[in-house]
Amino acid sequence: MVCDTHLPFQRGQTAMSIRNLSFAYGAKEVLRDVSLEITAGSLCGLLGPNGSGKTTLFKCCLGFLKPGGGEIRLGDALLSSYSHKHLASHVAYVPQDHQPAFPYLVREMVEMGRTPHRGAMPVLSRRDHKAVDHALERVGLRQLAGESYNQLSGGQRQLVLVARALAQEASLMFMDEPTSSLDFSNQLIVWETARAMAAEGLGVVICCHDPNHILWFCDNVAALKEGRLLAVGHVGSTMTRELLGELYNRHIYTGQLGARTFIYP
Amino acid sequence: MIFKRKLFSSVALLLLLVAALFPALLSGAYEIEAGRVFALIWSKLSGVPNPEIARAEEVIIWQIRLPRLILAVMAGLALAVSGAAYQGCFRNPLVEPYILGASSGAACGAALAIVFPHIFPQGQLTAFVFALAAVFLSYSLVASRGRIPPLALVLSGIIVGALFSAMVGIMKYVAVDTQLREITFWMMGGLHYATWGDATLNMIVIVPVSLLLWYFSWHLNVLSLGDEEARSLGINPVVSRFLVIVAATLIAAVCVSTCGIIAWVGLMMPHAARLLFGPDHRWVIPGAAVLGAIYLLLCDTIARTLTPAEIPLGIVTSIIGAPYLLWLLRSKGRSLYGL
Repeated sequence: MVCDTHLPFQRGQTAMSIRNLSFAYGAKEVLRDVSLEITAGSLCGLLGPNGSGKTTLFKCCLGFLKPGGGEIRLGDALLSSYSHKHLASHVAYVPQDHQPAFPYLVREMVEMGRTPHRGAMPVLSRRDHKAVDHALERVGLRQLAGESYNQLSGGQRQLVLVARALAQEASLMFMDEPTSSLDFSNQLIVWETARAMAAEGLGVVICCHDPNHILWFCDNVAALKEGRLLAVGHVGSTMTRELLGELYNRHIYTGQLGARTFIYP
Repeated sequence: MIFKRKLFSSVALLLLLVAALFPALLSGAYEIEAGRVFALIWSKLSGVPNPEIARAEEVIIWQIRLPRLILAVMAGLALAVSGAAYQGCFRNPLVEPYILGASSGAACGAALAIVFPHIFPQGQLTAFVFALAAVFLSYSLVASRGRIPPLALVLSGIIVGALFSAMVGIMKYVAVDTQLREITFWMMGGLHYATWGDATLNMIVIVPVSLLLWYFSWHLNVLSLGDEEARSLGINPVVSRFLVIVAATLIAAVCVSTCGIIAWVGLMMPHAARLLFGPDHRWVIPGAAVLGAIYLLLCDTIARTLTPAEIPLGIVTSIIGAPYLLWLLRSKGRSLYGL
């Protein structure tokens, strides 16, 4: 696989460590004392009600926002010591589905993932084109490469954004509610793609509102409430009735159906 | 396949540009045979005097038509490229130098330089500084937390443009007769005073800066996705946008300070280029540049030959431009603007 040769992190190694992170917008405290480790080769779900600070945590991890207190390290170095370009070659971002101002082709969208690897001239090398082909292949959108991105369905657009992040060949990927606007089958495709990327050695962090999805597909979970980390750890042992009850302020039950555990109200 | 089609369109456009040079050079109030025109240009370029050509013809071709032709090409190129660059870096297909207030800002600077030559000795420079101030004012009035709402930017551009137009009005009021004539010429937009000095200055500024913007076309693609995505892809949106705005405003201001306000070109040409080449700025910038040059050449040729008296160029571009935009909105509104 292409990705393995570029990964600076061994599977199971801590890729990003967040220590005592706090952040405030003016006087409004959004994150307090959050500590979390993101491991290469694992899928970490970020769970929390609306307004719990998930998006702010993402923005801090991606370098969009400067932490108010505490520190974020990528590898051994502080996140703030990386240049934009250098950071982008390590950390990729899959934003929520949106319509860009101009109707780029699917292939052009994915090509933009090569921005941190590109040379000085605004043209792509053969290696860039190979990485783009490979990324499109991985999400199964090779046939749609010549279509207009704006005219795809929401699910396909989300997959294009995943392909762009793959073309970026980063070792960490942050996905912001990638399944929120998708139908059931597309949700499964996105989760399966995320699982496959983790299996290849990437560290994937997904922010998601469905606790069942996190329980079924993620390795680890971090639960945020009102800017504080309630619990963090392996999904099986961490996602208990008590935790979910506290997270959502209501009675939550878990049950077994076949091999699956379900969470229901 | 797509690449071949784009290449074909590029070659066709370049041929069209060459073809558009001929009517611009050969038509005019004073009839000169095509053969004599080329003989004259050849004698000028080679430095060998041609005794068959009359002095009047030499003045008409070499001192009037040729600098005017070069200025038309440069102005069309500058307005179209700056329009495309603004549209990309503001992620807004509705902006252009005129709508952002850059043209009015430049006109205000130029008017100040005419009325107060002792305070503002450098016309072009004053125009650039005022145009830059106008664009950053329009932009900073609406930008909050890295977001620039498209319609709000258009509105604030119109407001800032009105402010600078009002200042031009004040300049007109305090100007003496000859100065008033000069200022009025800007407000209408035209190429009739074109000299070799103007043409050379425009070439020196517009050609390299447009090439620089072309070099930044990848950045424009990424910037047009939004600030956060641009950052996550390794581009500093603040620095890149600043550079693009300064470069785009520079060429627009130089153009306005020599040719006056010519509206619509900066809006129409990038759209026409997108219809031909798709939204990738690596193609849109050069495509819009050539289209703009062709368009302004043709408009200027129409402006000076249609009637015995010259029609101001800004009027011709608007008469053709407004219906074009209307057609574009009706037919491609959904895919281009998301309306």
